[in-house]
Formats: sequence, C-alpha cells, structure tokens
Amino acid sequence: MYVAVKGGAQAIESAHAWLAEERRGDLSIADLGIPQIREQLKLAVDRVMAEGSLYDPDLAALAIKQSRGDLIEAIFLIRAYRTTLPRFGASEPVDTGAMACDRRISATFKDLPGGQVLGPTFDYTHRLLDFKLAAEGAVPVAPTRDSDPGYVPHVTAFLNREGLIEEAPPDDTPPPALTREPLEMPAERALRLQALTRADEGFTLGLAYSTQRGYARNHAFVGELRIGAVAVEMDIPELGFAIEIGEVTLTECETVNQFKGSKTEPPQFTRGYGLVFGQSERKAISMALVDRALRWEELGEDNVGAPAQDTEFVLYHADNIHATGFLEHIKLPHYVDFQAELELVRKLRRAAGAERVQEAAE
Amino acid sequence: MTDHAYNFAYLDEQTKRMIRRAILKALAIPGYQVPFASREMPMPYGWGTGGVQVSAAVLTPDDTFKVIDQGADDTTNAVSIRSFFERTAGVATTTATIEASVIQTRHRIPEAPLTEDQILVYQVPIPEPLRFLEPRESETRKMHSLEEYGLMHVKLYEDISRHGHIATSYAYPVKVEGRYVMDPSPIPKFDNPKLGDMAAIQLFGAGREQRIYALPPYTEVVSLDFEDHPFEAPKADQLCGLCGAEDSYLDEVITDDTGGRLFCCSDTDYCEGRRKAGHRGPAFPGNEAAA
Repeated sequence: MYVAVKGGAQAIESAHAWLAEERRGDLSIADLGIPQIREQLKLAVDRVMAEGSLYDPDLAALAIKQSRGDLIEAIFLIRAYRTTLPRFGASEPVDTGAMACDRRISATFKDLPGGQVLGPTFDYTHRLLDFKLAAEGAVPVAPTRDSDPGYVPHVTAFLNREGLIEEAPPDDTPPPALTREPLEMPAERALRLQALTRADEGFTLGLAYSTQRGYARNHAFVGELRIGAVAVEMDIPELGFAIEIGEVTLTECETVNQFKGSKTEPPQFTRGYGLVFGQSERKAISMALVDRALRWEELGEDNVGAPAQDTEFVLYHADNIHATGFLEHIKLPHYVDFQAELELVRKLRRAAGAERVQEAAE
Repeated sequence: MTDHAYNFAYLDEQTKRMIRRAILKALAIPGYQVPFASREMPMPYGWGTGGVQVSAAVLTPDDTFKVIDQGADDTTNAVSIRSFFERTAGVATTTATIEASVIQTRHRIPEAPLTEDQILVYQVPIPEPLRFLEPRESETRKMHSLEEYGLMHVKLYEDISRHGHIATSYAYPVKVEGRYVMDPSPIPKFDNPKLGDMAAIQLFGAGREQRIYALPPYTEVVSLDFEDHPFEAPKADQLCGLCGAEDSYLDEVITDDTGGRLFCCSDTDYCEGRRKAGHRGPAFPGNEAAA
C-alpha cells in the first residue's frame, strides 16, 4: 500500500551529510588545503575564475574543494556568490600592451619587438606520465633572467601601419552589461565577447574547431598570444583620478585572419579576439576563432549556415551554468506531465487499435 | 532563523526593484514576455530560479509561503525552495493552500480555488510557446509583435489531421485577452481552465531564459482550439484511491511488479484535506475490501 511519501526534508538532509563525508574521503589522508589547490591546481583555478566571471583565486580554490573537483559545479558556486556582490563601478579598460608578460608568442613573425617568450607552457613537453611526481615533490630550479620592463606592442599594430589589417579604432561607447541586462538579439560584438569569455571552454573549443574543419572557415593565424599580469585601475570620484586597485592575470589572443574582401570590405587581414582570466590559451584561442566567425555580417561575408556563425545559437548555448542546470533538471520529478502523456498515448493507441480492427473487418 | 549574511529574501533591493518593474510591466501587458536581467541563484537553472526570483521580489515579512512541485509540498525540490525562503526571508510557511499568501508552483495549479489575497508564482522552463516551432528568439519576438500565430494553428491542425485530436497534453498554449499566445508552463492541460478569470495574481518566472510574464486577476485566458475540435481538459478516468475525489488531477503510482496501480491526487494538500473531512477512497487502509 502506497502512502504519499513524506520525509523529503529528512532525506535531503541525510543526502547532504553523506555528500560532505564523501567529499572529505578517507580521513587517514590529509585534508586538502585551499592554498594547495590555489598553487598546485592553478589552471583549474583559472578556469573557474574565467567561467565564474570572478577574479579571486582563493574563492575559486575553495569552490573546487567544495565541489570535489567538479569544475562546472565550482563555476556555479562562484557565479552564485558573485551575483550577491554589490557593484561599485567599472574599472578603466586594462592596457594589455603594458602587460608583464610571462608568455608572449607570435605565430606570424619569427621575431618581433618584445621578443618571443615561451613561458611556462606544456607545448613542447612529451606527454609521458612522470612517475617521479608520484613519489616526490622536488622540482629542479628554473633558470631566471631579468624581465624587459618595456611596453610590449601588439603584433596587429605592426600590420596596421601598412593598412594590411582592418582598422580597430578606439571606441569609448560604454559596453552593454551581460550580467545586469537581459541578453537580447541582435548582440553587438562587445556583448558577444562578454558572453564568450565566460562561455564553457569545451563548447567554445568545439565551435572553434568546427570552423577549422570547414564550417565557416576563417583561416586564422595566431598573430599573438600573451599571458601575464596587468594593472587594474579605477577612477575614484573623490580623488578625481584613476588609481591602481590591483592586478589580474589574463590570457589574450589576437588572430589575424585571411580575408579576400567582400562586397563592402577590401582584401585585408581581419581580426578575431580572445581575452580570458588566468592562463587559458585553449580558451583564448577558441574565443578568438569564434569571435571572428560571428563577425561575418559586419564584414559582409556570406552566412554559410555554420553553427559558429549563428549568434543566437552560440550565445544562448555557450553558458555551461545555463546548460547544465537545464539539462540536469530533467531528473527532477515530472510525473504530472508524464501522467498527461500516459493518458495521451493510451488514447492514441486506443484510436489506432480501433482503426486496425476496422481495417481487419473490412 | 534568517541568515543575516544575505538581504531579506536573498536578493539585494536593487535587483528586487528591477524584478518588480518587470512584474509591473508584465501585469500591464498580460501574456507578454518581459525580458529581465535574471541573476544567478544558489540553485541551478531549471530548478525554478525564475520562480524563486519572482517570489523573492514579491515576498514581504508578513507573507505566508507555500511551495509545490507536481502538486505536492513534500517533493524534494519543493522542500528545498521552501527551506531556502525560511532561511533567507524568515517568512512563515505552510502546506495549506488557503493559508498561503504566496504560492510558488511547478507544473500544477492547486485544486482549491485561489482568492484575491493570493499570488501564484509559476516556475517556467521555456517561456516561449512558439519555441519548438521556431528556435530563434529574434523570429519569435517578431511573430508575437505582429500577432503572427498561424504557425501554431497549423501545428494544432496537423495534430488533428494525424491523430484525430490535438496531441499536446501539457504546456498547452493559451491566448490571453485575445492578444498574446502564452505558454502556461508545463501544467497538464487539465489545469488550463483554471488560468482564466482567476481571482489571484498569476506570475510566471523563467530564470535561464530571462523572461517574466503575468496574468492579472480575472484575465480572459482561452486554450487554443478549433470550433469543431473544442479544447478538452482530460484526466485519468479514475477516482483518487486515498480520498475518493473524482474532480482532482491524479498521479498514477505503480504499487507492485504485477501491474498494480494506484491513482491518487497530485495535490497533496487537497487530498489530505478531504481525508481529514472523512472522505475515503477505495485504496485507503481498511477500505481496500470495499474497492
């Protein structure tokens, strides 16, 4: 005999207690500290900050610990926290030319002012499991040299001097705010870039890859990729001038895209742009490729119907917090709707059965 | 009891103000989907973030709050949302429909008639009734503004020509005050007749899709149909096994592995109320022999 289930609250409480226990794991193993995550799982921390849209390595590390390493869950924790924070104002645009670069490479020029700086990259490592890491934590000391303190100009600026690349004049129009206003179509580039920088890394990568394989191919070269710290300055009304309030590490990618010209634009190189919190080259490059693909209309290109050209498709599906919530909600009870469907299918089957009987009789 | 780290009902006052403006606009244009800057909430999208934001914006400290999911107060997500507002707003909560001043619901309208002193808040997954006919938001907004609803009628007509009747059993589209076609959220179409001419304010919140829409009290709401195929509001052709109700929407529960089934009210408060009043269904303990 079934009696309507009571005790949902008790069940939820017990489930949460079990979750807390599972999160901690075997008590004979040392508890993972926030500084350990922040320092040793830095790229995970960076991803959580980028897609969580909040630059705070300690909070991101805490979120990773709390979410048991489920990064989308960690991003969700950060987003939910972020939305409760008051907004005091907006910073000045950061100057990535003044970035203290840990890494700065160009795939289009062998050498260039500011030089090629490889920095801490996996790029040329052999992907062999390092069993020594399982046994000991000691690392060899990395050689050092003094950094060049100078301004590191952008590669695209060199091309611009010859007029070979489309102009990107400074624009002081206040950008729309993705988290304060509803996303509405058509979305201008500033809004698209905001959505892309917090977009799911995997989704952005997949879309970017699709452009490389011919779904709206845009012939991208990595004009420049740079990673490093930039100063964040904010205008303080009481002071009447901007002061530095801190610094953030960013990854910036500028692609130079081949372009044969269109009905409205001359043959020239065009631009794609990616800018992401922390060190995330995969995401920054992906973002630049998708940005470029979405610019088909303003460059007078044909819409070939590729997913990466479709602003609505890209922007409405790129947010992993939206996506995972809606996807996973189908595990919530749906028995009212299912009951309605049961009645409908039974009715349709009765009708179909009656028809078959009729046909057999004829 | 209130968690003082957060503002009353979690959201800050500026955000609530923004949501209230959207609600007022929605009430002024019944059935029209008002875009609003939906916030991330501490529960996932798809779990009722739109409804939660609307509830947070309308709740006052004197309110009594009820949450149902699938008609029931004790389903896991209803429990979770209720405890969220207990914690962040400290409001009184209830499971009794008549005692509540604000009711948040997912997928049902309570069986008991609501009054002018009540607000019914719906959680909405996909606010756009035309979405599965046209995936583009830019297109569907145009269709609404031009009152271009032919596509919907063609879809319903195709159902009839193929199945003999309209094959939509929940989230059945309605027309509001002869103007906007509206998605009533995934309530079974059994509930559709309750939407129109309701004394309570009905607010619909879609968090992920960033839309709020509303039905002010006593609004005309018509479920789409054709003259020769009038709208029907069907339910299981049974009575509630527990309270014997014949007029309520029933859930079907599998009771054993040999095809045993029990039909019982999806509205748990309605069912309990009837049982307290002495009504008994055929499957009520001690009553099975009579069945």
